[in-house]
Amino acid sequence: MSKSEARYVIGIDVGGTFTDLFFLDRNTGTVTTGKVPSTVADQSIGLVDGVGRELTDFSEIETIVHGTTVGTNALLERKGTKTGLITTVGFEDVLEMRRRDRPHTWGLRGGYDPVITRDLRLGVAERTLANGSIETALDEDGVTAAVQALIAAGCEGLCISFINSYANPQNEARAAELARALWPNEHVTVASDILPEIREFERLSTATLNAYLQPRMANYLNQLDARMTSSGSKGDILIVQSNGGVMSIDAASSQPVRTALSGPAAGVIAASHIGGSAGFRNIITCDMGGTSFDVSVIADGRTALAAQTSIDFGMVVRTPMIEITTIGAGGGSIAWIDGAGLLQIGPQSAGSDPGPVCYGLGNDQPTVTDANLLLGRINADRPIGGKLDRLDVEAARNAVQNAVATPLGIDVMDAAEAIIQVANARMAGAIRIVSIERGHDPAKFAAMPFGGGGALHIGAMIREVGLKTGLVPRYPGVTSALGCVIADMRHDTVRTVNMPLSAVTSQQLTSWVDELHTASSERITGGSETFAALEESIEADMLYAGQTHTVQVRLSGRNELTPAGLEAAFNAAYTAQIGTPLDGIPARLVNLRLAVIARRDKLDLRALAPKDGKSATDAILGTRKIYVDGAWSEATIYERLTMAVGERVMGPALLEQADTTIYVDPGLVGLVDEFGNLRIERAE
Amino acid sequence: MSDKTQASDAKSATKSEISPVLLAVLRGRLEQIADEMDATLFRSAFNPIIAEAHDASHGLYDAKTGETLVQGKEGLPVFVGVMAFAVRYVIDITKDNPPEDGDVYIFNDPYEGGTHLSDFKLIRPLFRDGKVFCYLASVGHWHDVGGNVPGNYNPVATESFQEGVHIPPVKLFRRGERQDDIMSILRTNSRLPLSVYGDLNAQVSALDLGHSRMIALLDEYSDDTIKTVFSELRSRAHLQMQAHITALPDGEVAATDFLDNDGINDTALPIAVDVRVTGDRMILDFSRSAEQCAGPVNISRSTAIAACYVALKHLFPDVPANAGVLDPVEIVIPDDSLLAAQAPKPVGGYTETILRIIDVIFTAVGKLDPSRALANAYGTINALSLAGHRDDGSRWVMFSFFGGGHGGHSDGDGLSHGNAPISMATIPPLEILEAAYPVAFRRWSLRPDSGGAGMHRGGLGAIYEVEVLADGADGFFFGERGRHAPQPVGDGHPAAMNKFSYRANDADDAEVQTPPMTSKLVGIKLQKTGSVRLETPGGGGYGSPFDRDPEAVANDLRLGYISMDSARESYGVVVAKDGSVDAAATTNLRRERATAN
Repeated sequence: MSKSEARYVIGIDVGGTFTDLFFLDRNTGTVTTGKVPSTVADQSIGLVDGVGRELTDFSEIETIVHGTTVGTNALLERKGTKTGLITTVGFEDVLEMRRRDRPHTWGLRGGYDPVITRDLRLGVAERTLANGSIETALDEDGVTAAVQALIAAGCEGLCISFINSYANPQNEARAAELARALWPNEHVTVASDILPEIREFERLSTATLNAYLQPRMANYLNQLDARMTSSGSKGDILIVQSNGGVMSIDAASSQPVRTALSGPAAGVIAASHIGGSAGFRNIITCDMGGTSFDVSVIADGRTALAAQTSIDFGMVVRTPMIEITTIGAGGGSIAWIDGAGLLQIGPQSAGSDPGPVCYGLGNDQPTVTDANLLLGRINADRPIGGKLDRLDVEAARNAVQNAVATPLGIDVMDAAEAIIQVANARMAGAIRIVSIERGHDPAKFAAMPFGGGGALHIGAMIREVGLKTGLVPRYPGVTSALGCVIADMRHDTVRTVNMPLSAVTSQQLTSWVDELHTASSERITGGSETFAALEESIEADMLYAGQTHTVQVRLSGRNELTPAGLEAAFNAAYTAQIGTPLDGIPARLVNLRLAVIARRDKLDLRALAPKDGKSATDAILGTRKIYVDGAWSEATIYERLTMAVGERVMGPALLEQADTTIYVDPGLVGLVDEFGNLRIERAE
Repeated sequence: MSDKTQASDAKSATKSEISPVLLAVLRGRLEQIADEMDATLFRSAFNPIIAEAHDASHGLYDAKTGETLVQGKEGLPVFVGVMAFAVRYVIDITKDNPPEDGDVYIFNDPYEGGTHLSDFKLIRPLFRDGKVFCYLASVGHWHDVGGNVPGNYNPVATESFQEGVHIPPVKLFRRGERQDDIMSILRTNSRLPLSVYGDLNAQVSALDLGHSRMIALLDEYSDDTIKTVFSELRSRAHLQMQAHITALPDGEVAATDFLDNDGINDTALPIAVDVRVTGDRMILDFSRSAEQCAGPVNISRSTAIAACYVALKHLFPDVPANAGVLDPVEIVIPDDSLLAAQAPKPVGGYTETILRIIDVIFTAVGKLDPSRALANAYGTINALSLAGHRDDGSRWVMFSFFGGGHGGHSDGDGLSHGNAPISMATIPPLEILEAAYPVAFRRWSLRPDSGGAGMHRGGLGAIYEVEVLADGADGFFFGERGRHAPQPVGDGHPAAMNKFSYRANDADDAEVQTPPMTSKLVGIKLQKTGSVRLETPGGGGYGSPFDRDPEAVANDLRLGYISMDSARESYGVVVAKDGSVDAAATTNLRRERATAN
């Protein structure tokens, strides 16, 4: 493979408003960033445009790594393709019946529309029992008839999901064979391929959403590939998955459900690397956008993975994904007084359009950003993002006065501060969930904000949750794009065992993991990337006989892949996650999970550090009045990116740059570290 | 403004006033503690009724009155109200023998503490400066607590002694020391001692966690501040509830519904409410309800009051979950009422009775103000237990509750296959049940035509069929709504009723049998290939079905939610062969029906 001239690795994160790009020149180790407007109808147009602004010769591209919201948006907006389902007769409604839940504890209102309607869910005679034996052979003529009916109904995607297929996929596989012979395209999803794990609704929902996304994702990726090729690129294209790893275009086209949280995952990967380089192995990432505040924990250098998530009520996706806790408190979240007279923030949001009142685009409900503006934390004459020329302070003041200050009977500035305090409290609550509630000591963690708004609230997080440090990356606005560049190749697989640990042998355990390893490796080695190393990570889902919720047991390696090794690891995990282990109750092994990881070369983040910086004093732009703790004081304003390594600023200070504003509270000090991060800590 | 000084000194507050900011912040912190206790129990509980169905609850309770201060969001809603009585009971009986730091009481008395014997309450005082500051409580539904029927839903019990073991409030922990003799009594009295042991440990873990989180919060903000927050939250819930009641038109409305029978005597039992609204006060008068009965559908007064709380919280969901909700409401229940049972009246089927209380309150409020109203949900818990022995001699007990439709409401159609209004329970995956027990489900589907017709249709109930794969099993079934359908709002239609049937085996001549009391049966004998079938009710309809958009009716027909017959007869919509609405014929048919009425 001749790619001698190819030298750029480009990370590209396509968000709702902007497409962020991060270029790494592997020959020189230098980096460049870019930002262009996203093209919503076809994300690949904006993407290629963004690359073209930096590179004239696309043949210099070695790899493009892409975090995409195509899947996420299609799910949230219900814009997947028309999809049919073939399932075991008698169980056609499992998708619509969910796990017999409801959207809200109180009120009994709200409904549910499954992505596959009832007329497109067809049953065929077949049955596998829980022990894997086939009780009723597959009705092959029935499958053919169902496939023809769904084609006639205009379905573009097809999902095949049978009861107990986790225990024996034979009937499903045969049905898929028959269906593929007739189906007009390659968009056939088989549930046991996507998730061979016990729990029929979760498996079916995941497979269904995959089928629903598949044509749309495949078309998009084909288009992107064609556009890049016709521009002269011979480089690989990799797609970021929700688990923080990347996969090939082919893998993403057939398993698009694995990209449901692609964008945020890349940000967390970047945070792990930025934090690790700067000497922080314990990080809490805080991504504050227009409508939400997303937090994720990296403990001892490892990202936390969640087994499943709900994209919306009843839209369950069960594939490993970076665990991200979201609360509705972003810059556009609206402040309001509830029926009990309590100040609330969100979940209603003005988003980015019309956005906060100060944008002057038609919203008159005060938002978190409006409060930050009134308090002097944001520069009205230099809004971030570059969309507006200036912000309307008076409009923001009127909105806070009418919606908050007057009903509460307090001064407008105190009302603005109250909005920030309640928003901070909600954000602190989210951080507590991922730290204290998971048994982590916040005093050992650094908070890393990315996205536009997070750096305004970093001091409050240090104070309210007792975090050790705030670490603001040099380019918070392109963190996800940076994460794309360094994310590893990864494939996750699972096998349901569901046996007492005492009935399992070491040989069985090894052969099961070997099988998973073979399947995963094939997925990964399709690409032509250069890997630093190939690794595996083994986990077991275990419980005491009689329980139904499993404990995630992470094994240190194959050395623990024995019944005794699993038992010891289970006891340790149970103690850490639940409490005292229970004597005399036998343990069960429910699932084995394997991740095969191919490490990609890591970027040396020193490339980001400022080369010829100024002293802090020379970086001063002026001062601004800010309102803190019920009184006005004067904050120094700095031009952040011009400050040299080792420079320090005392709070109260505001550091401005194109994509964010950092607020250093009184009593805190900020230091530019050797990677260009701003490290915020308590002043001694 | 005084708020200015408070903003600068946000971590302390005087007893009399508290800044709105601090109040909002601390409300969130307190709710997070209760939620975290819920999560700890759900994660580590042994029996699926807690772990999957979330039949459990946690909260903080007043040191003097036991009243609810804060409640977790994910727990069983009906416990919200009941736990206050349970804590109150412990406060009363420990008057002369006050608790010490580190004590934990355990009990399952259903008369003073509410609900039924399966629900074990653990109550732990939290001490500050040598005095009880508040109580933490955990309640969870255990898998088996003895009695005549595995799983404890005994439809023919005539005394609560037949429903399970009775434990009065005793100390499970004394000054932090676990009392293993108590533990041993509890384990010995269950068919599933390991499950009991596991659940009990999980509840203790939840209380430990709540205790340490609460102490940390008190240390951070001071006892006085938190006390002020408690009283402030309560008075705000009170005021908000008053505002909701004031918004209802003044007047008196009545609603009467029925339980099929009590499992002993085949007589319908009225559950009736007279709702009187005057200004900001509401009276819920249950005087016209049945007297105490022989079978297990009696409930204690505390349980009845808790059911009223649940109904009001569903109608006015924005009111904070604490005792203030009931402050402006007067509840009248005569002493001899089915709703004020005393020992040893059986109470095992309490879920059915409280669901009916919620139904009649919904129906009555629907008459006062339809815009607020929710039609009845499916209204029965449908407890089914199948039990037998495996080939190796070990006992198996499969026990589960089943779902049905929610009522149509002012905003839209009811949810199909939802959980009961008193719970947030999810149903176990059938694959988990099949992996654990020798059964195979043959059907798990929606039930067409089960949702009540209406401008907003009731959600659909379900059809479940399960076959026994082992050599024989005993079945127990406890349900309701076999003879009295879930009620609509306005001119909507009632939902389909509950239907339970079974066959001893799959031989051609094995007849399909139904229980003599339609919905309650003990000791069903099933052989290998024997099966049970359950068709659950949908929710009631909201408003006249003739006001439903004909296109929505045609769509319901296309998707098989309703039959052609129902489209025509219930909705007055004529659908052509190709599935399109025949607009002219529909207009005529609806006009004819309107004049015929």
